[in-house]
Amino acid sequence: MADTERVPTIIADNAHIIYRIHGSIGPHQSSPLSSFKRLVTRQKSTAIREVHAVKGASFVAYRGEAIGLIGTNGSGKSTLLRAIAGLLPVERGGAIYASGQPSLLGVNAALMNDLSGERNVTLGCLAMGMTPAQVKEKVDDIIEFSGINERGDFSSLPMRTYSSGMSARLRFAIAAAKKHDVLLIDEALATGDAKFRKRSEQRVRDLRAEAGTVFLVSHSEQSIRDTCERSIWLEGGVIKADGPTEDVMKEYETFVKK
Amino acid sequence: MAQTTVVESYTGPTPQELARKYGLGTAGRLPSLPEYTRQLWAYRHFIWEFASAKVSAALGNTRLGMIWQVLTPLINAGVYYVIFGVLLNTKRDTDNFIAYLCAGVFIFGYTQSVVQTGVQAVSGNLGLIRALHFPRASLPISIALVEARNMIASMAVLIAIVLFTGEPINWQWLLIIPALLLQTIFNAGAAMLVSRLGSKLHDLRQLIPFIMRVWLYGSAVLYPVTKYTEHLHGWKLAVIEANPVLVFIELIRHALMENVTLAGSPMLLWTEAAVWALVVGIGGYAYFWRGEKGYGRG
Repeated sequence: MADTERVPTIIADNAHIIYRIHGSIGPHQSSPLSSFKRLVTRQKSTAIREVHAVKGASFVAYRGEAIGLIGTNGSGKSTLLRAIAGLLPVERGGAIYASGQPSLLGVNAALMNDLSGERNVTLGCLAMGMTPAQVKEKVDDIIEFSGINERGDFSSLPMRTYSSGMSARLRFAIAAAKKHDVLLIDEALATGDAKFRKRSEQRVRDLRAEAGTVFLVSHSEQSIRDTCERSIWLEGGVIKADGPTEDVMKEYETFVKK
Repeated sequence: MAQTTVVESYTGPTPQELARKYGLGTAGRLPSLPEYTRQLWAYRHFIWEFASAKVSAALGNTRLGMIWQVLTPLINAGVYYVIFGVLLNTKRDTDNFIAYLCAGVFIFGYTQSVVQTGVQAVSGNLGLIRALHFPRASLPISIALVEARNMIASMAVLIAIVLFTGEPINWQWLLIIPALLLQTIFNAGAAMLVSRLGSKLHDLRQLIPFIMRVWLYGSAVLYPVTKYTEHLHGWKLAVIEANPVLVFIELIRHALMENVTLAGSPMLLWTEAAVWALVVGIGGYAYFWRGEKGYGRG
C-alpha cells in the first residue's frame, strides 16, 4: 500500500521486561526461623524472585506487515506481546510506542470456569469494550464459530465441563469477534482440531486484512511461513535475528538442530 | 503483499522522534484521571456483568443457589440471637438489644466482606489482567457492587427483625437509604485502597483478619456505644468516635430504632459519614488509578 512512506505502528526502543514472582519458596526457606533471619539480616526475600524475560528489544513494525515471532519455549515471545499490548509494564529506560490500542488474541485469556459458555462470551465481549447491544448481536455468531454446540447444547453448561480443546476454541472465538488496529496473536492457531484450525486460519486472514499490523507467535513453522513475510527470532529474551521469514527461519533451524 | 522489509538497524530519526512524528503513544501509558473515569464509565456494563458473574459463580454449585443471599444474614442474626439474647441475656443494658445488635452486625459485615474480598481483587485476577484490556478499577468496584447487592437482602432481613422486635415504622426509616449510599461509596474506596495494597503487599492478606477484629471491637457492634463514653476519654475516645464504621452503624440504628443512645448528635454523625465517604471514596480511587499500569506485573 504505502510503499512511498511506510507508517510505523509499533516501535520498541530498548524494552526490558521483568516479572516479579511471589511465593517461589525453596525447600530451605520454609521455616519461620529462616524467614526471620532473612528479615533481620535485611537480605532480599527469596520469596520474590525477578525474571528478566525480555532484555532490550528494539524494532519497528510498519502498517501492513505481518510479523512472526519465533524462538524456543520460554524465550520471551508471549511476554513481549503482552508488553506491546500494554498489559505488562516496560522497565525504565526503554519504551514501546504503539498506534491506538493493540489487542492481544491469546488462548490464555482467563474466563470464569464456573459460568456457562454463553455467559463467558458475554463477559469476554464486554471486557473487550463492546456495548451490550453489540454483544447481543454477536453471541450467537461466536458460539456458532467456536463450534462447541456441535455435540449438543454445551454453551449452557459451565466451562469447567469443557474439554481443553473446546474451551480454547471458545476463547479464540471470543477474542476474534472484534476488529483490531494492531493484532497480536499468541499460539491461537494451534488450538482445536484440524477442522477448527482451518476455520480459525481463515478468520485470522480476515482480521489481518482489516488490521494494520499483525504479530503472530507460533511454534508451527508452516503457519508462520504462510502468514508472515517478516520474522523476529527471540532467544533468551534477546532478539537474535530480524528480517525476511525465509532467512530468519533458516538461521533458527540451524540453531535448533544443533 | 510483496513488501519485504529488512530492518536490522535503522538509521535516521531516533525511536522517540519517529513515535512523535506518527503520533504513537507509549504502550501502557497512564491516562489522566478524567480520561480514566470516562473509560471506567464506558466499562460500566462489564462491571455489572462481572459482579453478577461473581455471585453466580460463588453460588452456582450450591443446591440452594440464590436463596443463600437471604439465608446467610438470617443465620448470622440467629447465631447472635442465641448467644446474646438467650445464653447471655444482655437485654438489661439496652432497649431492644437484639435489633441493636443485628444492625451493628449487618452494617459491620458489609464493610468487612468488601475489605476481605477487595484485598484479592487484583492479585486474584492476574490471569484476566494479563489477558485483557480494561480499566483495572472495574475489579474492586465490582466487588463492592457484589456486596452491595448482598446488602439489599441483608437489609430486608434486618428490617424484618427490627419490626418483629417491636419498633414502629416511621418516616425516619427512609434515612437508611442515604446512610447505606454513603457507606457504599466508602466501601468502594476502601476496596480500591486495599486491592492496590494487596497487589504489592501479599502479606496483607494474612493480617486482614486481625485488623478486622480490632475494627469490630472498636465499632460498638457487640456492646452498646455508651461503653466507650464510660471507660474511655481524651484522644482514645476521639479516635473511637471518628471510626467510620461506628458512624455508619449509629446512623442505621438512629434511623430504625426509637430509643437509642447515640455516640453523637445526628447532625455530627451525618457530617462525619459524608466526610468519610468522600475522603475514602475519592482518595481510594486516585490511589488505585496511580498504580493502574503496574498491576499486570504481579
